[in-house]
Amino acid sequence: MAREDGRKADDLRPLVVKAGVIPNANGSAYVSLGKTTAVAAVYGPRPMHPKHMQVSDRAYLKTVYNMVPFSTKERVRPGPSRRSKEICKVTRQALEPAIFLDKFPKTRIDVYIDIIQANAGTRTAGINAASVALADAGIPMRGLIASVAAGKIGDEYTLDLAGKEEEATDCDLPIAYMPEEEKITLMQLDGDISPEDTKNVVKLAIEGCKKIYAAQRKALEDRWVPEVKK
Amino acid sequence: MMIIQKNHIRGLASAGKRMDGRKEDDFREIKIETGVIENAEGSAKVSVGKTEIIAGVKMNIGEPFPDRPDEGILMTGAEFSPLASFEFETGPPSEDAIELARVVDRGIRESHMIDNKKLCIAEGEKVWMVFVDIHILNHDGNLLDCAALAAAAALGHAKFPKYDGEKIEFGEKTDKGLPITCKPIAVTLTKVGEKLLTDATFEEEGASDVKLTVTTKDDGNICAIQKSGSGPLAFSEIEKAFEISVRKGKELRKLLE
Repeated sequence: MAREDGRKADDLRPLVVKAGVIPNANGSAYVSLGKTTAVAAVYGPRPMHPKHMQVSDRAYLKTVYNMVPFSTKERVRPGPSRRSKEICKVTRQALEPAIFLDKFPKTRIDVYIDIIQANAGTRTAGINAASVALADAGIPMRGLIASVAAGKIGDEYTLDLAGKEEEATDCDLPIAYMPEEEKITLMQLDGDISPEDTKNVVKLAIEGCKKIYAAQRKALEDRWVPEVKK
Repeated sequence: MMIIQKNHIRGLASAGKRMDGRKEDDFREIKIETGVIENAEGSAKVSVGKTEIIAGVKMNIGEPFPDRPDEGILMTGAEFSPLASFEFETGPPSEDAIELARVVDRGIRESHMIDNKKLCIAEGEKVWMVFVDIHILNHDGNLLDCAALAAAAALGHAKFPKYDGEKIEFGEKTDKGLPITCKPIAVTLTKVGEKLLTDATFEEEGASDVKLTVTTKDDGNICAIQKSGSGPLAFSEIEKAFEISVRKGKELRKLLE
């Protein structure tokens, strides 16, 4: 079945990943999947203030997911919403399994994610950018985290839902995945779908994550291999 | 929580045991009482072991959202009152409270538990708005499953208030209930050691770094999932969680009949 943008069911949208896009940050990345565009910046590890929020045996990870007011067709009101607070939480918990937070006790690591343009899949694009930004900042990690949503439209399991596909699908299932450890670090679902189909959708999303992972690695190589050779 | 206590709970789990003697997939005793708040259009008090939650349903009439002019409006909120646990503090809803409310909401919304089109009074102008508010009375773990059960019970027993076409007489209930199509049930699996425990207590949750909530419908389909916590899950654990959630969901659904 043809998709509105001509993709096959297991195709991602055109993917661009760049590392080191914000000079002021310790690490940063740009990710676009089709029209959805995310920028992430990492500051830290740096001293944790206020002091009572210090964690004695590891770093405190803070993630902020923010949709820029002009990112959607109808203007988004600036500031946190209930939706964005939930996304901040699941994003943090998607990244946490990858980071050796215990290497930096009593510090904080801040991850800021701005969604510059939104057309479905903003939380997953944000996680893709954040993971590259963390690696770009030189923070020790077990592996990169890649993230994408999948669903089922008609009889077909469909990767990386975009535009109107979000309404046509039986479910919207975003996951985040760490290919090095073969572990799932984020999983959510809205929809109405059988457990068997859900498993197949998860498998398709994992395959999608592997493709994104390759692009993330390439972006880090492009950014750092020339530096090392200098 | 002290590390020695966490290790004790994990050790027990690996040996297939739990502090209170339950099996891996046992729930604690569940009690459901409906109609506990006379002023609410629907209400339920649900306890799962020592965890206790009240859900209240209030209704009102308002304007529909422009993109869904012929559908009623559902809103779910949660308050973690500081009287319920030493962990809770006063102030605006915490991240955990927002997550709980949104996951309960997703279960109700995505299962189409309420036939939203039947809540329309005049297209584009007037629709019924249904507010579900979840209030924690005592926190002893597994808040989400308990909250989802309380919300479903309260919605199932809610009655429309009297409405004469102009204004609502709150306090005077009709015998007309909400248009209910199914009963979504949330079952959360908490990973302790290498085991996935059903209905974890507060202590067991403290010894865990990841859980997975799976909400199922009467027909066994999944309508909501949320992974929560700082740890990861393997695909095989997710498969196992689906099997347990469908099976336990069927058992819990019977309690709502």
